[in-house]
Amino acid sequence: MTELATPTVRVSTRPAESRRDIGIKRRYAAERRFRAYGISAIVLGLFFLAVLLSTVIKNGYTAFQQTTITLPIEFSEKVIDPKNERATDPKQLMTANYPLLVRDALVKQLGLDATKRPLVKQATDMVSASARTQLRDIVVADPSVIGKTIPVTLLAEANIDSAFKGQIDLSVDESKRKVKDRQVAWMNQLADAGVLKKSFNTGIFSFGASSRPEAAGVGVALVGSLYMMLIVLVLSLPIGVAASIYLEEFAPKNRLTDLIEVNINNLAAVPSIVYGLLGLAVFVNFAGMPRSAALVGGFVLTLMTLPTIIIATRAALKAVPPSIRSAALGLGASKMQTIFHHVLPLAMPGILTGTIIGLAHALGETAPLLLIGMVAFVVDYPGSPMEPSTALPVQIYMWANEAERAFVERTSGAIIILLIFLVFMNLGAILLRRRFERRW
Amino acid sequence: MMSEAAVEKALDLKMNTVPYKMIGKDVSVYYGEKRALFDVNLNIRENTVTALIGPSGCGKSTFLRTLNRMNDTIENCRVSGRITLDEDDIYDPSIDVVELRARVGMVFQKPNPFPKSIYENVVYGPRIHGLARTKAEFDEIVETSLQKAGLFNEVKDRLHEPGTGLSGGQQQRLCIARAVAVSPEVILMDEPCSALDPIATAKVEELIHELRANFTIVIVTHSMQQAARVSQRTAMFHLGNLVEENDTDKMFTNPDDQRTQDYIMGRFG
Repeated sequence: MTELATPTVRVSTRPAESRRDIGIKRRYAAERRFRAYGISAIVLGLFFLAVLLSTVIKNGYTAFQQTTITLPIEFSEKVIDPKNERATDPKQLMTANYPLLVRDALVKQLGLDATKRPLVKQATDMVSASARTQLRDIVVADPSVIGKTIPVTLLAEANIDSAFKGQIDLSVDESKRKVKDRQVAWMNQLADAGVLKKSFNTGIFSFGASSRPEAAGVGVALVGSLYMMLIVLVLSLPIGVAASIYLEEFAPKNRLTDLIEVNINNLAAVPSIVYGLLGLAVFVNFAGMPRSAALVGGFVLTLMTLPTIIIATRAALKAVPPSIRSAALGLGASKMQTIFHHVLPLAMPGILTGTIIGLAHALGETAPLLLIGMVAFVVDYPGSPMEPSTALPVQIYMWANEAERAFVERTSGAIIILLIFLVFMNLGAILLRRRFERRW
Repeated sequence: MMSEAAVEKALDLKMNTVPYKMIGKDVSVYYGEKRALFDVNLNIRENTVTALIGPSGCGKSTFLRTLNRMNDTIENCRVSGRITLDEDDIYDPSIDVVELRARVGMVFQKPNPFPKSIYENVVYGPRIHGLARTKAEFDEIVETSLQKAGLFNEVKDRLHEPGTGLSGGQQQRLCIARAVAVSPEVILMDEPCSALDPIATAKVEELIHELRANFTIVIVTHSMQQAARVSQRTAMFHLGNLVEENDTDKMFTNPDDQRTQDYIMGRFG
């Protein structure tokens, strides 16, 4: 009896601890820890992003404002064309002494004694030297202004601009700063008169390179970047997609294709400056293409972007369910029809995302462009991709090397412009993805 | 009901006089070094449902896929032997695989409609094969195909909605309609009901029964009951060999081979 009873008892009272001790608490603790790691990583990332953006915006937002001085300029015939030669010699208008017009207007405005040369010099220094070309352009465009007095909005010189934005510490000893006390006084006088004021800086978008910060802008760089993006898009999308389709759908799987695949993956990791050297050697030195040209830059960036696009496209093609291929093949579609009618449309969101991310990467690329000479001082807009130009990130790089306070804010301003472009490109990627996305 | 079944069975007994649509002679299939089929000799009769049964990995799906050369899409796959469709050797270089697949359609295990509208799903095959030109002709193909697949009444108001929005059973019937739209001579079905619930399965089985009037059907199935219900001829595969091929009635009542008997009785597989 007891022998029979004992085993039944043993079965029903299995030791509770051994049954429960499977580390439930430890498992939950591990999960909580893992979540905490994840959250802290994201918080850290967001913190650095916030620091980056706030620094750039804090330094850069003032670049979108420019101090201007509006003066009634008297386009005196005595100064511009004293011997009345402009009908016979059009060069006369190009070489006239335009700064004198500015000086006269400023002297009149401030009520200075025109004979005190150092004083007048200090006053005219407040106006950007770009006033010469500005007035020249007005006169050349319409010679009938000669003899009239017209209010013209001139750019303030960079240091005055900085001082007016409160970026220059006026408590420093006068001899150690570029803005003199007398200039500050005039500045305030002009501001009170409503002549000197801040306005939106359209110049930063339209001007080319200039050693004077107030006359420098990213216009040429924008055009150069635009040319390059077009070249990269036109070349790398078809080549990359075609290569991916061949490798993924048609190529036999053997040593050679394995080798190609490994090489493409490696190429994606090659430092971009190496592509710059390649472009310099092949496109510029061997093929004799022009230096500093957006065409060569576009080619180099295409080479750099291709591996990214190929990898993204192959992944997108691979992700299309094989049942779709079977369905099309089973209906008697050829391989080509299967791919172009079914597989490619389904892979399109992935391909477009990869392409736009590749393009965004190329837009921000600097190093290879330095090597092919796009780090040039280009004042005039390039009329074609064959003409010298710069690119946005290179412009940032060049401005970052300048010492003036006004270039510091312009550097950040250009970074903001670049970031805005990148945000729009990524937004485009997301929208295209939504547009093409299909469920299966 | 019993009497109807009896009449059908009496009709089916004449099976042996039905001409062959496809003839497979000494068919062997290799996946690289591995041999998956061993000299299979199996003939498919016209306007007949032939069921291929056998345990997993026995080669029944492999054989099915040799019939429209879907095996071509698998790397390292090699087929030897001879398969003819109405006297044409389908592995002959002069036969275009695209044309072959238009004549021998296929329905897959998992419903796989294209992520397009129901209408687009059905017209895709006719369009690539140039079976119709005008919108009216395409509309007609869509209607008749969906009717043949017993789906038209369920979807006629939403032909331009996505095919993927249908239920599993409807999707499978859409796939059958898509295959039928090309007007094939033979339709291959690879476990067409394995992903469906019993009601959807019953509908598809009924459909197979109706399609038999116009098409020759070869169906791979894991369900013995399904083979018994839908087919007139049954072929039993085991380890890459064709064990037995017989009238379905005979197969399930008095098979010639002991292994068939054992499999049907549920002793293995």
